[in-house]
Amino acid sequence: MSATFDAVAEIISANTDVSESDIKPESHLMRDLGIDSLAFLDLAFEIDQRFGIQMPVEDWMQSVNQGDVESEEFFVVGSLCRQIDALVAAKVAA
Amino acid sequence: MRLEYFQMLDAVVEIDRSAATLKAASRVPLGSPVFEGHFPGHPLVPGVLLLETMAQASGYLLLALTTFQRMPFFANSKSANFRSFVRPGDPLEIAAKRIHAGSGYAVMSAQIIREGECVCDAQMMFRLVPFPAPELQQHVFSEGRRLGFLEEG
Repeated sequence: MSATFDAVAEIISANTDVSESDIKPESHLMRDLGIDSLAFLDLAFEIDQRFGIQMPVEDWMQSVNQGDVESEEFFVVGSLCRQIDALVAAKVAA
Repeated sequence: MRLEYFQMLDAVVEIDRSAATLKAASRVPLGSPVFEGHFPGHPLVPGVLLLETMAQASGYLLLALTTFQRMPFFANSKSANFRSFVRPGDPLEIAAKRIHAGSGYAVMSAQIIREGECVCDAQMMFRLVPFPAPELQQHVFSEGRRLGFLEEG
């Protein structure tokens, strides 16, 4: 498991009723872990703070709602970690 | 402050957009039906209305920072502390600060100060969404003018 996954799993378990052992890279935040939109905002805040980024959640939601991409692109834990890594890398490169 | 109308602020006295801070002023009315129930013989501003006061100061700061393009809706408060009773006639200063600007949300901290003493403080999260109704946007504009930080026009 990556350090990003470990950090995200810790954040999810600390801010929801989900046990860390139940969080897998293939877990969908909403469908599998039962995280609702308000709880996701808490996670977004904690992730933004922890990694020093601003996840473009609105853009992600718009892409999903418009049918441009599947929700798995952003809201499966492993995919979310890849998005975070890309945002951190872009920040370092800037 | 008009408790029955949820007009919790009397005036915005300072906005610093670069620091993302706002200061507002309000005086608790001497009389209100709220005090008839809360509490007989011992009138106090309910804590939930103090939280609303901090939320409104935070909300107007977010409106200013988004140039009134997004409506902030109170989403949660993980921490609210009521440190001292607030009574009829009390003069209040409300200070709000954005501590995180997220995508479609913001996290704020606020406190209410009475004569130099912090009587309550809170951390709050807001969703920032397009105005769901033009009447609401007009109302918010109108309140911005009443509070003195939005020019006529």
